[in-house]
Amino acid sequence: MVDWTQCTLAQLSQGLAARAVTSVQVTRDCLARIEQIRPLGAFLFVDAQGAMAQAAAADARRASGRVNGPLDGVPLALKDIFLTEGVPTTCGSKILEGFVPPYDATVVRRWKAAGAVLVGKLNMDEFAMGSSTEHSAFAPARNPWDITRVPGGSSGGSAIAVSTGAVFGTLGTDTGGSIRQPAALCGVVGLKPTYGRVSRYGVIAYASSLDQVGPLARNVTDTAMLLASIAGHDPKDSTSADRPVPSYLAELESGVRGLRIGVPKEYFVEGLDGEVGSAVEAAQKAYEKLGATLVEISLPHTAYAIATYYLIATAEASSNLARYDGVRYGLRNDPGAGLIDMYFATRGAGFGSEVKRRIMLGTYALSAGYYEAYYGRAQKVRTLIARDFSRAFEQTDILLTPTTPAPAFRLGENADDPLQMYLADIYTVSANLAGLPGLSLPCGMTRGGLPIGMQILGSHWSEATVLRVARAFEREHDFAVRRPPA
Amino acid sequence: MSYEAVIGLEVHAQLLTATKLFCGCRAAFGAAPNANTCEVCLGMPGVLPVLNRRAVELALRAAVALDCSVHTRSQWSRKNYFYPDLPKGYQISQYDQPVATAGHLDIELEGRTRRIGITRIHLEEDAGKNVHDEAMAGRRSYVDFNRGGTPLIEIVSEPDLRSAAEAAAYMRSLRRILRYLEVCDGNMEQGSLRCDANVSIRPEGEEQLGTRTELKNINSFRFVEAALRHEIVRQTEIIGDGGEIVQETRLWDSQAKVTRSMRSKEEAHDYRYFPDPDLPDLHIESAEIDKARQSLPELPAAKSRRYVDELHLTAYDAESLTEDPGVARFFEAALLHHANAKALANWINNDLARELGGRRIDSLHVTPQSLAELVALIDRGTISGKIAKDVFAEMAATGTSPGTVVAQKGLTQVTDTALIEAAADQAIAANPAAVAQLEAGKANALGYLVGAVMKQTGGKANPKLVNEILRRKLG
Amino acid sequence: MTKRPTNAIDIAEVVRIAHLARLTLTDAEVESLSHDLSGILSYVKKLEELDVTGVLPTSHATEVSTSLRDDVPVAGLSSPQALANAPEPIGGAFGVPKIIE
Repeated sequence: MVDWTQCTLAQLSQGLAARAVTSVQVTRDCLARIEQIRPLGAFLFVDAQGAMAQAAAADARRASGRVNGPLDGVPLALKDIFLTEGVPTTCGSKILEGFVPPYDATVVRRWKAAGAVLVGKLNMDEFAMGSSTEHSAFAPARNPWDITRVPGGSSGGSAIAVSTGAVFGTLGTDTGGSIRQPAALCGVVGLKPTYGRVSRYGVIAYASSLDQVGPLARNVTDTAMLLASIAGHDPKDSTSADRPVPSYLAELESGVRGLRIGVPKEYFVEGLDGEVGSAVEAAQKAYEKLGATLVEISLPHTAYAIATYYLIATAEASSNLARYDGVRYGLRNDPGAGLIDMYFATRGAGFGSEVKRRIMLGTYALSAGYYEAYYGRAQKVRTLIARDFSRAFEQTDILLTPTTPAPAFRLGENADDPLQMYLADIYTVSANLAGLPGLSLPCGMTRGGLPIGMQILGSHWSEATVLRVARAFEREHDFAVRRPPA
Repeated sequence: MSYEAVIGLEVHAQLLTATKLFCGCRAAFGAAPNANTCEVCLGMPGVLPVLNRRAVELALRAAVALDCSVHTRSQWSRKNYFYPDLPKGYQISQYDQPVATAGHLDIELEGRTRRIGITRIHLEEDAGKNVHDEAMAGRRSYVDFNRGGTPLIEIVSEPDLRSAAEAAAYMRSLRRILRYLEVCDGNMEQGSLRCDANVSIRPEGEEQLGTRTELKNINSFRFVEAALRHEIVRQTEIIGDGGEIVQETRLWDSQAKVTRSMRSKEEAHDYRYFPDPDLPDLHIESAEIDKARQSLPELPAAKSRRYVDELHLTAYDAESLTEDPGVARFFEAALLHHANAKALANWINNDLARELGGRRIDSLHVTPQSLAELVALIDRGTISGKIAKDVFAEMAATGTSPGTVVAQKGLTQVTDTALIEAAADQAIAANPAAVAQLEAGKANALGYLVGAVMKQTGGKANPKLVNEILRRKLG
Repeated sequence: MTKRPTNAIDIAEVVRIAHLARLTLTDAEVESLSHDLSGILSYVKKLEELDVTGVLPTSHATEVSTSLRDDVPVAGLSSPQALANAPEPIGGAFGVPKIIE
């Protein structure tokens, strides 16, 4: 008796095609698994009825000889940042509690057209602001490898759901590392595509020039399949690239012989956990054995990335979150003292402390007299950071770095020190600033049994190469098949 | 001490596009509340703007017509503030890199031409409408987003205007040009053309600008001049009394005919402008700019001048004709059929205008061709000017051509001198008192006799001939 | 407890920014934000170490050309759809406390 929830997306897809299992059967198993992992807080909303109906429809399609592609009938789930028509969408915030969107995000439409079974909406840090999912307004989430620790964030639920086998893939968003970091902390694969590769239409905006949608999955092949299902131009998103989507599977097994792998020297400094450092170094050696050449490169502006990120992201966020005012949707607090009071009371009650902190910082960075010193300057430093990467990619094909400076920390550990939390994004934020694709995949385990992730960064539009490099490592190691105890 | 006024106008013009600036909703007037909305113009979570190419074309057209430098690259900015009619909590506009700068508009006032500088033109989206309706909402207000997202261009003038009359002339000129270009329909009452004014005064000859106030709520043409005139007087009186002008926003109260301070509790807005990350830079090719310049229609000022210089119309007639592009078109079309510009101008500016009573000229039964025919009939002597009025009335009512009307009603002018002679003799014989008065020196007694002859001929006698013949007979 | 940096965001400044952002803050929140923001702003000051003369700002991470839409009406939301999430629908419009202009 196969436990399909232990299989990969590719295996399930084949199983469905071979009639070894039906979508209804596997969806039922997934729903049971979701119920089992309830204490981990992965889901904010489970659409059991909807899921079973979609599964039945998928089976009916297949029976009549019509299949919408490799995702048809496959149970998947979405971070609660994606608007889903008729299904509650909260973005992890009280200010959107009860909000039911009248339209679907473009990527949701693509998944529906592909026949995916959308099981529910996943927990996240409120408005994608956080690295632990502790800032969810509804419930914190827990790392399946150690439930006293965080799963990472802001796409914490997305990582948990894949790691525990509750669904076969999820979508998250990544603004400063929010796909890659939870993927690393939960031992799964997570990919942030090049900025503009995937449509942002219908994705609640945090920082518009940094946000990207990306998949989380069990392994690299599944990740590639999911990227293929969402990538491509969207006329509704003026920042989406009008570029053809290459095949992400064609070159996947081509290996790394002859490729240059860059190691940024600024990333291997004090502050990097010993076990994480060792795991990544071991991976470097593994790549050499596989025929790649290691190249030491420099990203001289690394130390400025966090400051740059936190000024730009919070500034854009302060503007993006202005629409939450209680007028047209979402929470309204009307204490009866007039319009202005309604704004204050609604936003005061609806936003959590981390969101308020970032709105305040962003508002300040844009305010009269401070623009040039803060936001203006940050946008210029951003150019310098992007230039670092352009130069690096003249000498190398990809970059290999740790994803996070340390494995999963304990719940509540960083509660008093937001700055400390921000500093842990050091390896991930630059890719968002420069718009580069980045993937995290498991490369080791700590002695305490926590996953360690390494990050592969590519030049713009080189997702196929990034996936191929990741696959080359994955083939030789068994981190992808390890399962958490939960 | 003599003071001069310094005025700059900020005009917002709604573009004549079918859809909104950043979404495909209809940009139409008068629909049921929120009937023309979508998730984008409602500012729902996750939405993104996509630019309307026609809005760019119209903005470009206006910019080249106003002799601006059009920038091949301009940028979108977010103007951040909170208000219920602003769904995203920011307006997408253009701040430091607008689509056009450094243009001008010439105005005519009392025979003098003045060149008014235009600082900039930029594109932006309109806000929704806040409504206060006791009947419907009681002590609440409500918001209708149909207008939200409609494309606007904002045209900012240099502070080159020196009087309320000049400001009104500028508005008229600007409105006219925008209507000619079919960029905006220029309806201030409906709000498709809006005007805010910045006003200050300074001693004549002084270079430095005085403290200025911003005037809002000027929502008709009449109010432009009235509000500015009032404000200039207000400021002059204050300065004259040794006081200081407070920099503030004042609203025009059209009932009381005064400007009132807004005295708002809010501090000056900090709009926190920054480039909108959701929109790429706006690129306009130089080839496109050139093409826009070349395909401009004859602009109203040039047209008016041509009417004076080449068609020898008075400036007044030329201005009246060129006020509305539809009227000018009508005139020029009529001119092709019969080249009596002066007569056509008179008919259009008077009889036609009266008949129209504010309606659009293409709603008339009278066509350019038929009007030309009418004037031709007068010029040929087939009918008199007086009869022509009756013919015109029939044309306007039924759309019948003048030739047909004249034939049907037998209105052909009588020019048979023998007939007129006979009628004249009869009139003289029948009105000895009038004849006596005439001989006594009362010149207008002739008119009485002319009238008698006209009556006898059913009004169809050629009045000039009647006059001649009577004079001859009576010495 | 980290030392309070010199360029602190004081209480008055926190209140000013909160007002700009339409956020109600409790006294405790004001206090802690003053501390947090001061610390963060002190940290981001490191950007001043860099010479950015002649460096253009990046508004867009990857090059995207002007994206244009034809001026053709597209069906949007029906009025009921538009108002489905409205806290106070009034006759097809969005009710709010009285706006004093």
